[in-house]
Amino acid sequence: MEEPGNLEISMKNTAASPKYGNTFGSATVEFEFGTTAWWTTEFYLSGQTTANDSTVFNGFRLENRLRPLLHEHWINPVLYVEYENLNKADRSILEVTGHNGVQDYVVPNRIQRPEIERSLETKLILSSNFRGWNISENFIAEKDLNESDPAEFGYAIGVSRPFALAASPRACTFCRENFVGGVEVYGGLGDTNGFGWRATSQYVGPIIAFTVPRGPTIAFSPNVGLNDNSLGVLYRFSVTYEVQQIFGRFHR
Amino acid sequence: MRHARHLNAIAQRTPLSLVYRLAAGLLAVALCAGASDSWLLHVPASYRRKVNPYAGQPDAIAAGGRLFSDHCAQCHQPDALGKGKRPSLRTSYIQNATDGELFWLLRNGILAHGMPSWSMLPEPPRWQIIAYVKSLGPSDGSARGEENPK
Repeated sequence: MEEPGNLEISMKNTAASPKYGNTFGSATVEFEFGTTAWWTTEFYLSGQTTANDSTVFNGFRLENRLRPLLHEHWINPVLYVEYENLNKADRSILEVTGHNGVQDYVVPNRIQRPEIERSLETKLILSSNFRGWNISENFIAEKDLNESDPAEFGYAIGVSRPFALAASPRACTFCRENFVGGVEVYGGLGDTNGFGWRATSQYVGPIIAFTVPRGPTIAFSPNVGLNDNSLGVLYRFSVTYEVQQIFGRFHR
Repeated sequence: MRHARHLNAIAQRTPLSLVYRLAAGLLAVALCAGASDSWLLHVPASYRRKVNPYAGQPDAIAAGGRLFSDHCAQCHQPDALGKGKRPSLRTSYIQNATDGELFWLLRNGILAHGMPSWSMLPEPPRWQIIAYVKSLGPSDGSARGEENPK
């Protein structure tokens, strides 16, 4: 959740070279605003470029996260509701649902671009913090709104921890406390016609993030596909910057 | 109409003292409900007793100052005196709270009143922030924020 009044701007990039397809790179700009201490709202714009093909704009996402419990517990749920208006050439792979797989990333842009998918995605995010570790589990359900396709499911599980828990007394750039490392696993869980792992794509990979003091956070994560339906290796790279008290900057 | 007549009859039969007692009771309940808004009343005894492992340590206070500047000063101001609805952290209310109570506050936040939970921050930096805030001491009455934060 974003702190109230803060605006976080993030550039999330994904790159991969699918077998029998062209290398692609996707960029998503995310604007995350802390509306209240229990409600965060986000807006995303996505585009991609594919080698030997073209560069296309994919569309937008509008998302809200709500924290229903006002006190901290062992497991803290967050409800996530997102409206997506994206064409099928989208390669951002912010999450994996249903039977999405490598076959979706080899179709030329000119065929996928005219197909607009409007969908509603919901997530139940369960997060726990214990001795510096953050453990997060996401359960995803997505429904295409303009087709009679079945609802699709997915999941993501992540564990992360700062390299040092206590802050150092002096300002330093490359202190261990400015680095966070972790592991994430995510993938599809089929749909209402066939729930489970069959014909889904699955990924696992380490993640490392570095926060420049009073500056951006840079994260990198190479993800490895765990089955034939997955991309071989998926590279994720993001740069995030938080503007504190965005509206407070305009009046004193 | 019949219903109104029935209520009227009950009112005529009810002694006035009973009405006063009922009103006083409702007022007491309302006051208790209002008082329970104070976050201090929600702190469990196990948290009140917690001891800050970094209390009074100069290095921890310096580290806490950096963390305060990164995470807290945006709302509570760099001098921790607050501004508008963002409360001062140098009032006697905060400065007299135990370290454990402030630790509970950082863990849970007061989401309904805009204070976020800082449970994503590991425990050591939260204790360091508390050591820093306590090192500031009470202000000399020049607090700009609320005296008694919810």
